[in-house]
Amino acid sequence: MLAIRPRLASRLAAWVALSPALAVLVVVYIGCTTWTIWISMTASRMLPSSNFVGLRQYEALFANERWTVSVSNLVIFGTMFMIASLALGFLLAVAIDQRVRAENLLRSIFLYPFSMSFVVTGLVWQWVLNPTFGIERIGKNLGFADFKFDWIVRQDMVIYCLVFAAVWHAAGLVMAIMLAGLRGIDEDIWKAARVDGLPTWRVYVSIVVPMMGASFATASVLMATSVVRLYDLSVAMTNGGPGIASEVPAKFVMDHLFERQNIGLATAAATSMLITVAAVVGPFLYWQSRRRAAAGAH
Amino acid sequence: MSAAMTQASSQAMSHAATDKRCDVSVKDVEISFGRHVVLEKLSLDIAQSEFIVLLGPSGCGKSTLLNAISGLLDVNAGQIWIGGRNVTWEEPKDRGIAMVFQSYALYPRMSVRENMSFGLRVAGMPANEIQKRVADAATMLKITELLDRKPSQLSGGQRQRVAIGRALVRDAGVYLFDEPLSNLDAQLRAELRVEIKRLHQRLRATMIYVTHDQIEALTLADRIAVMKDRVIQQLDTPQKIYREPVNRFVASFVGSPAMNFMPGRVERGATGATFSLGDLSIPIQGYPFKSPGLTGAAVLGIRPEHVLSGAEAGPNAFNAQVEMAEPMGADTLVWCRTPSGASFSVRVDSGPSIAPGDTLPVSFPVGTLSLFEEGPDGRRL
Ligand SMILES: Nc1ncnc2c1ncn2[C@@H]1O[C@H](COP(=O)(O)OP(=O)(O)OP(=O)(O)O)[C@@H](O)[C@H]1O
Ligand SMILES: [Mg+2]
Repeated sequence: MLAIRPRLASRLAAWVALSPALAVLVVVYIGCTTWTIWISMTASRMLPSSNFVGLRQYEALFANERWTVSVSNLVIFGTMFMIASLALGFLLAVAIDQRVRAENLLRSIFLYPFSMSFVVTGLVWQWVLNPTFGIERIGKNLGFADFKFDWIVRQDMVIYCLVFAAVWHAAGLVMAIMLAGLRGIDEDIWKAARVDGLPTWRVYVSIVVPMMGASFATASVLMATSVVRLYDLSVAMTNGGPGIASEVPAKFVMDHLFERQNIGLATAAATSMLITVAAVVGPFLYWQSRRRAAAGAH
Repeated sequence: MSAAMTQASSQAMSHAATDKRCDVSVKDVEISFGRHVVLEKLSLDIAQSEFIVLLGPSGCGKSTLLNAISGLLDVNAGQIWIGGRNVTWEEPKDRGIAMVFQSYALYPRMSVRENMSFGLRVAGMPANEIQKRVADAATMLKITELLDRKPSQLSGGQRQRVAIGRALVRDAGVYLFDEPLSNLDAQLRAELRVEIKRLHQRLRATMIYVTHDQIEALTLADRIAVMKDRVIQQLDTPQKIYREPVNRFVASFVGSPAMNFMPGRVERGATGATFSLGDLSIPIQGYPFKSPGLTGAAVLGIRPEHVLSGAEAGPNAFNAQVEMAEPMGADTLVWCRTPSGASFSVRVDSGPSIAPGDTLPVSFPVGTLSLFEEGPDGRRL
């Protein structure tokens, strides 16, 4: 008995200490999420209403061309951005890992874009890619009269401009994560591989990359969150244009929430995004916990 | 590469080492990191099929020397010869060597089988030859049941067996070991030590083995190179190193429990040479002095197991005061003081109990003691 009492007391203290965080979690996250899902099933427009309409907002949402363009843009952007930033970040890290002289300088240069916000990044690349005073202009000034680089104003190409800017922004961060992973690899493994006569590229491909699972996972999660959140880059760089060619889901939600005053449609869009993320993250977390349990059993 | 491979692959594993020339010569090698000189004009000749142990305290340059031999580290000056070839500027894979590391250095995401075969596969060896070599090595090391496991599913001892297996399949003439057992517990260490010795007798390959464990060195080596301060202090058989250490460093580094050192004077009287410890006079007539007729301050060194005690002590015995007894299983280490107050230890059979305060008759037989110059690094007299 005597032994249990202090434990009860300390447990109580722990709960008291945790309670503010718990309150925030319950009210802000769970409360707001529930409210959002509820509103998405009402006929709310400018103001929230409690007129239940079932999935009518979702029918309207998926019939909305702007939304379907946003979703397909996000899929294209997400795939290309993830692959390109992981690949480029890894290659930069490998390049720096060759014990180059100016390692610190290069690392800072590569990491520098990440210190800028997406808004600044978007504005900078908007100027650089602008046909009248960006790269195209420079090409023309250099004497290539029919040089053309107008992707940012072409509906079929503008999304790649977003990918380009976002990769430029994030590759440095991926590099830093990968470099930490590379440096964590036992020197003796490299020595053993050299005695085994393995070419350097082979060591990277067959031995080092498989050992860097944690680094790739960390970088992927960070990149994936910035894919889902993608908003400010699109606003600053193209404002969704030309036309609706570079619209993205988060921008759809924000616009309908604050400009078009269609809360019902906005919350339906937000809920769709939430469900998609949950559908991806849920099985992943489950798989990880299974794997951890399996590893623990050994 | 492929020519060497096919030549090697046509030979069966067990007799491969004997029909290849695989002596190693290190000639005046110098290595420094920046301004910090690690090896200075170091030379070492290792005969075919010899088992050499590089022994020394941490940071004395053992790994550096081994890495220079393997080609993982470039030398600043000097040459490395293996099998009669100057390999100073060759890549490790072309030197005909294989290496085992302290941290095992297994490729973590590959199975044991892949770990052992990957290097050969990349070198383009035919699959059936690889399979045969892996199977042979696995049998030799008793890891056949582990072939499909990942390194993370193995114990430390099993991992080190796999690492040795990965070296064996290379079928090299020279095997290099960098403290392969120092991550293992005492029992496993003893077990694998025997295994490595057996392997050496079976393969008759040249082996160079780095350790800071003097027991490993004494049990494994044909010859031991004791290193300290950028140079090899003594290169000799374990017997010689144990019995006739060239200086106090070697004397104190090799042997456990450690050798006793007692400062005193070498004197010459009517009865011949004696060593005086305060009032005590120990006869050392017949000690093989390097410079005959020498007298003066010196340090007497004798191993605890060489001190004679009790009935064995003989006519030259003196009475020592017992201070403490450390039982060590088969025998007991007894700490005593000479009448003049010098402390030393004696190894006695764990028979009759000896208690603090007892007096124990002991003697220092001249045949097993060593005399050194004064000072912590004094040379053998
Ligand atoms: N890459 C390096 N750069 C600078 N100094 C080094 C480097 N590698 C080793 N040294 C220095 O060289 C000396 C010898 O190192 P080495 O690794 O050969 O020691 P060791 O005898 O193998 O010691 P241990 O028993 O601890 O492994 C040490 O003083 C160490 O500080
Ligand atoms: Mg070392």
